[in-house]
Amino acid sequence: MTDDTGFTHPYVPNAAPEARRHLLKAIGVESAADLYASVPEELQVKGLLDLPEPLPSEHDLRKHVESIIGQNESCRDHLNFCGAGCWQHYVPALCDEITGRGEFLTAYGGGTYSDHGKNQAIFEFQSLIGELVGMEVVGSPAYDMGAAVNSAVTMACRITGRRGILLSGGISADRLSQVRGFTKPVADLESIGVDPLTGLINLDDLKAKLTSDIGAVYFENPSYLGLIESRGEEIADIVHAAGAMLVVGVDPLSLGVLAAPADYGADIVCGDIQPLGIHMYGGGGCAGFIASRDEERFVAEFPMILMSIAPGKEAGDIGFAWSTMQRTSYDKRHESEDYAGTTQWLWGIGAAVYLSLMGPRGMNEIGRGILQRSRYAAMRINELDGASVPHLDGAFFKEFVVDFGDSGRSVANINAALLARDIFGGKDLSTEFPLLGQSALYCVTEIHGKEEIDRLVDTLREVLS
Amino acid sequence: MSGTRSNFQAARWNEELIMELSEKGQRGIVPPAIDADIAAAVGDVAAALPAGVRRTTPLDLPEVTQHRVLRHFMRLSQMSMGFDVTTDMMGTCTMKYSPKAHEHIARGAKLADLHPLQDVGSLQGLLELMYRFNRIMCSISGMDEFTFQPASGAQGIYTNACLIRAYHESRGELEQRNEIITTSFSHPADAATPAVAGFKVITLMPGEMGYADVDALKAAISDRTAGLMLTNPEDTGQYNPHIRQFVDLVHEAGGLCAYDQANGNPLLGVVRAGDTGFDMCQFNLHKTFSAPHGSLGMGCAAVGVKEFLRKFLPRPLVAEAEGGGYRLDYDQGEGIDKIRAFIGNVHAVLKAYSWVMSLGAEGLRAVAETAVLNNNYMLSRMREVRGVTIPWPANNYPKLEQVRYSFEQMFAETGVTSHDVIDRMVDYGVQHCMPSHVPMLVPEPFTMEPGESLTIAEMDQMLAALKAISDEAYSDPEKARGGPYNAATTRIDGDVPEDPDCWAFTYRAYQRKKGHWTSGNRRKIEHHSGGY
Repeated sequence: MTDDTGFTHPYVPNAAPEARRHLLKAIGVESAADLYASVPEELQVKGLLDLPEPLPSEHDLRKHVESIIGQNESCRDHLNFCGAGCWQHYVPALCDEITGRGEFLTAYGGGTYSDHGKNQAIFEFQSLIGELVGMEVVGSPAYDMGAAVNSAVTMACRITGRRGILLSGGISADRLSQVRGFTKPVADLESIGVDPLTGLINLDDLKAKLTSDIGAVYFENPSYLGLIESRGEEIADIVHAAGAMLVVGVDPLSLGVLAAPADYGADIVCGDIQPLGIHMYGGGGCAGFIASRDEERFVAEFPMILMSIAPGKEAGDIGFAWSTMQRTSYDKRHESEDYAGTTQWLWGIGAAVYLSLMGPRGMNEIGRGILQRSRYAAMRINELDGASVPHLDGAFFKEFVVDFGDSGRSVANINAALLARDIFGGKDLSTEFPLLGQSALYCVTEIHGKEEIDRLVDTLREVLS
Repeated sequence: MSGTRSNFQAARWNEELIMELSEKGQRGIVPPAIDADIAAAVGDVAAALPAGVRRTTPLDLPEVTQHRVLRHFMRLSQMSMGFDVTTDMMGTCTMKYSPKAHEHIARGAKLADLHPLQDVGSLQGLLELMYRFNRIMCSISGMDEFTFQPASGAQGIYTNACLIRAYHESRGELEQRNEIITTSFSHPADAATPAVAGFKVITLMPGEMGYADVDALKAAISDRTAGLMLTNPEDTGQYNPHIRQFVDLVHEAGGLCAYDQANGNPLLGVVRAGDTGFDMCQFNLHKTFSAPHGSLGMGCAAVGVKEFLRKFLPRPLVAEAEGGGYRLDYDQGEGIDKIRAFIGNVHAVLKAYSWVMSLGAEGLRAVAETAVLNNNYMLSRMREVRGVTIPWPANNYPKLEQVRYSFEQMFAETGVTSHDVIDRMVDYGVQHCMPSHVPMLVPEPFTMEPGESLTIAEMDQMLAALKAISDEAYSDPEKARGGPYNAATTRIDGDVPEDPDCWAFTYRAYQRKKGHWTSGNRRKIEHHSGGY
């Protein structure tokens, strides 16, 4: 033990000798070692851990850490066209300002009175997402979209009392992996075939597989490959006629121009909120949500904290409280069908700021702009020798597939050439969707103006020639 | 220096909901305009969307000018008691100082604006950081490999359950080995997540020492045992000294042992999961390793395993590349399915790495010992607070990092509950404590964990507040039951959030349902029992 060795550190005030002596005296023990009497001697570490020499000076530490991550080349240094589940959008200054507020950054489990403001921000997050998707129940943030899908499809199975889940064949390999792992003990997964021409789900295959065992049908709109499904109502009717529930995954940023899933019959909606004012953080910016109609049978199955508004003592006062916690794993323990915990609330607050700033006009404008920019980019790329956009005739949002098959080059090879010209190319789909051959998923957002898109097209032309 | 903030008044802005601040025609930000050339080339794509998917109903989002949005959320932040502004000793949460320098580094473009699928050559800094921290965590825990993919403690524990499942499945024994053993004072996630992973869960109840005894474990073990998943010290702050025997017994029966290190703060540099015989473990980087708690996340669990389980970790893993540098190993092999998108909350990894690099080996041990010293200081002084008792008097061991106190005596003598105390604490300008996770085996529970960050003066202020509340309970119990008085809002009707006709999780639902609200202030909010 390091009793009275003179160790002091700005993060551990009472390790300083004088403070330590004061505590030891008040407790009535000789040394800190005495307080570990319950820990058998033979389990205790002898001496110190084998760790690198510390850098207690903030300056030295910063220099060290910044020199390590300084090796990264960020999407500010490069022009980035990679999305595939984590997307580069403009993050308004206010989002960073508010998520950086120490009160939010370092709050945690406080309640109705101690963290009134945090709770209101989360209630507003739920409200604003509810408005986008057309639902009255939205949970506090989920870990990420995959976790939200996991919870949503298993909720549908519990509500319908069925084991079968049909997933669109157009979801990402990572999403499929997340769902497969989570649902393994409680559900049977099957994929719905995708029409190679449109990239959208094959309705005949859906009907064929929609037996009385199916509890949940899941597709994404826009799909992982960026494609917009316009037959939502038809799909919902087919699903409901079979007694199953329709779960739809969305990009919330598209909902200024796309219809709310509730309007075409979705029972549960989920998605990722990272596009709403959250930096990518190498994927750490991802966070999810789940929404449903306001019915007890749905609410009872939500895994996460649900923030309810409630009246205060004096007229007009409002407050917020965690509702129906007995449905969560905190209370159910070994009887749990899902689990709750610390998730990504800070990003929920950031998303609330974002939607408050954008308002209806901003969401409409950004959606329209992304539709136009991504279509412009797809059209220009499609004109290149050696590149084609297979779904150019369909509707897509933000992302689209580029097939480089005619170039005789691999996506890896093309991306390496782009990187040498300071461009991150699209996500390589060649192993994820082998049927698409040497294809890549390109992502174009509001940060890409004509100048950036033309630079990509010109560079691709140069690389492909 | 030990006075209470008895005249504290929280900011009470009576701030409207953001939707109520809407003024037609206002806007908070303007997205980038579309280039005329692009518009000319593609036309109005939105208008050309198929009818079935084009939005026809206008979005009813608020229309608010920029500074008003800022003020709104600034005011909400001011009505939140983060660690940056006040003392927070919430038990089981390991509240501590999250150094600002780490935050400032993480917010730079070199981390914030990275895409997870960038060419690996452009991510070398991030991978080196993760690799270095992996080595550090191995040294701290005695494990051989870590993943940082899970986004929270519960998700980390879930990962452990999936690893146990994969191990037995690989040996063809999963059907037989379908039981996980945990303890009642381990975090609820130690019971919940193995259940979600498909296991039957057996919960050991505490003996007279306040933790499960060896006989209880022996009775639970069988050839169906898949594993043991628990915290130690448990959420009571008590360390089970028989832990090595627990681990050995489960191993002899063919099970694996997972150490939930959510309460690992007092053990840094003192006890290692690997030396205790565990096969895997999980640390909360947003608790023990100082990454900020983020109003309930962004968290990160570091899940570590012994060599023989490395092949089951979720992909990708960070590995050294041939010829120098680092790579992401996506080779699935026998790896379990993805737990979280991409490679995890890497900003939390950066902050945790920075924290360990600031403190070093000696510093980590000082953190552990100081957390224990602070806790035992609080314990010795809490004995002076009238109406407080310490459960399990037979257990004479010093507590480690937290104590589950009981206000049973105060309740019997005054009618004031631990929930009343918790609500009243806010009037003294401190974050409240938590009572207990479920099951609430201790009557009128109150769990307090001071951590290593606070000064003696701050601890004394907390004690003075609790003494004042106790004195009030005995002198004016009605007032003690009626708090808080000076919080950010007035007493809330606890029936509304529990009543399907009244609860409202969105503004839409609120508009529809507020007519069902009655004027009665019927019962107190009791959600504090949830835990975190």
